[in-house]
Amino acid sequence: MIDTLRLTAGEARALLERGDVSGAELRAAYRKAIETRNEELNCFLTLVDGDGNDGVPIALKDVISTKGVRTTAGSKILEDYVPVFDSTVADRCKAAGLQLLGKTNTDEFAMGSSTENSAYGPSRNPWDPTRVPGGSGGGSAAAVSAGLAPWALGSDTGGSIKQPSALCGNVGLRPTYGTVSRYGIVAFASSLDQVGPVTKNVRDNALLYGIISGRDDCDSTTVEVPPVELPEAEDLKGLRVGVPKELNEAEGIAPGVAEAVHRAIDLCTELGAEVGECELPRSVEYGLPCYYLIAPAEASSNLARYDGVRYGLRVPAENYYEMVARTRDAGFGDEPKRRIMLGTYALSAGYYEAYYGQAQKVRTVIAREFDAAFERFDVLVSPTSPTVAFKIGEKAESPLAMYLTDVLTIPPNMAGLPGLSIPCGLSEGLPVGLQLIGPQFSENMLFRTGHALERAIGFDTVPERLR
Amino acid sequence: MAISREDVLHVAALAQLELSEDEIVRLTEQLNDILAAVGKVSELDLSDVPPTSHPLSVVNVFRPDVARPSLPLDDAFANAPERDGDLFRVPPTGAAEESVG
Repeated sequence: MIDTLRLTAGEARALLERGDVSGAELRAAYRKAIETRNEELNCFLTLVDGDGNDGVPIALKDVISTKGVRTTAGSKILEDYVPVFDSTVADRCKAAGLQLLGKTNTDEFAMGSSTENSAYGPSRNPWDPTRVPGGSGGGSAAAVSAGLAPWALGSDTGGSIKQPSALCGNVGLRPTYGTVSRYGIVAFASSLDQVGPVTKNVRDNALLYGIISGRDDCDSTTVEVPPVELPEAEDLKGLRVGVPKELNEAEGIAPGVAEAVHRAIDLCTELGAEVGECELPRSVEYGLPCYYLIAPAEASSNLARYDGVRYGLRVPAENYYEMVARTRDAGFGDEPKRRIMLGTYALSAGYYEAYYGQAQKVRTVIAREFDAAFERFDVLVSPTSPTVAFKIGEKAESPLAMYLTDVLTIPPNMAGLPGLSIPCGLSEGLPVGLQLIGPQFSENMLFRTGHALERAIGFDTVPERLR
Repeated sequence: MAISREDVLHVAALAQLELSEDEIVRLTEQLNDILAAVGKVSELDLSDVPPTSHPLSVVNVFRPDVARPSLPLDDAFANAPERDGDLFRVPPTGAAEESVG
């Protein structure tokens, strides 16, 4: 029997290599799990019936273009959109033999922190279905947590891999900007978007990152990436761990979350690391406002392509301009409209310098603060999310309350830094995520750190109610 | 209020969004709240700080100027709402009454 709740991707690969199971048997086991639990959790928007591969199964967030497989980005405007080409990451997964299980739910155009903004209904948290799985990649995170996929890909602009991984008890990597191709990814904010792995443990994460990362001629923002090393070490000897005051004492961090993170920091010392405090005086206070100017500004530009002309929804009208405006009003949900409006305003004549221009300068300030911290420390730690998974509907009425859930993941993202979220314990019976932040291109160090901590913490990734 | 109803209508026109009356009212209020929060960036004096538009210092990425295969026409039109031969068909850009098909 294949226990999809427990099976890691690395174990699945070993079973396949030894010939203990076939690719078809693996697929069948995950399809059965999906049939049993997807109705409750709403992780998958589209299922795939075999793609010719017979390796480890995988699920892809529905902003990742898959040739011949509907890709909606969680939006009505792309409800019937079937890509005619594969994204580079989908192509690399195929080349590695991975078989696609299906496409996972996301906040519309990856804009949100709960998947409640999906036009196809919210996903639910496998630990407690009355709660959100986080977002925007809540479908991928919930699927991995509930054993509906051994691993998955997400995309992260302000925290959309790290935050849902934290809320569902998974390991999620937002890689260094430029290490993973965005060719064929539905664009949200191009100076921030990154694709990355969502997995059950750190080794799986390193394996999948190794498959998808590296320069791509189709994305000129990608660069050569150091070879990925699978983590082995079980101690943290010689590692300098920084605890940024502002990221650990921000307003709104729940006491239970802070406690679990403190225990993990104590473990760092026990494992041989040197732990010290540091400061990011303006990165946290100004990170969120900076992000909510830059991301919507870039989104307003990227989403201009949805005009009812070449692909996607068209609402008929007598006149071209009416057709475009009606198509966009009918096709976009509330959150994309809000961000298009905010971004268009921030870029419009008379406001550009005060908003977008100033936010780009704040971005420099943030990058410099992290540079200074990395002169003294190898890795910085904090909670990934200020709270555990919140109730569905709890923040749905207040856009600002929802935006605040990303307050701790945004600052490193603004500086293009990699961040790994690993589960570090439970609070109120729900997973707490530990965010490990490194300098650019330090993924191997993050994997090493995460792997040693993961072994010491011994977190059981299977939701208690499903054990 | 920093943003008036007129501002919202102006920005909606720039963004090519036809908003309902309900949306106009709601967005006017929400955009004011959000701008009050994000306007915090203007508290800092950053006149000496250069802007960051991109987190990596990658500039001028070139490839050899060699023709490569591009998307076949039928693929490019596969998702088109309306195709007319080798063209995407759209309604006329002029006033509706002036157009004759």
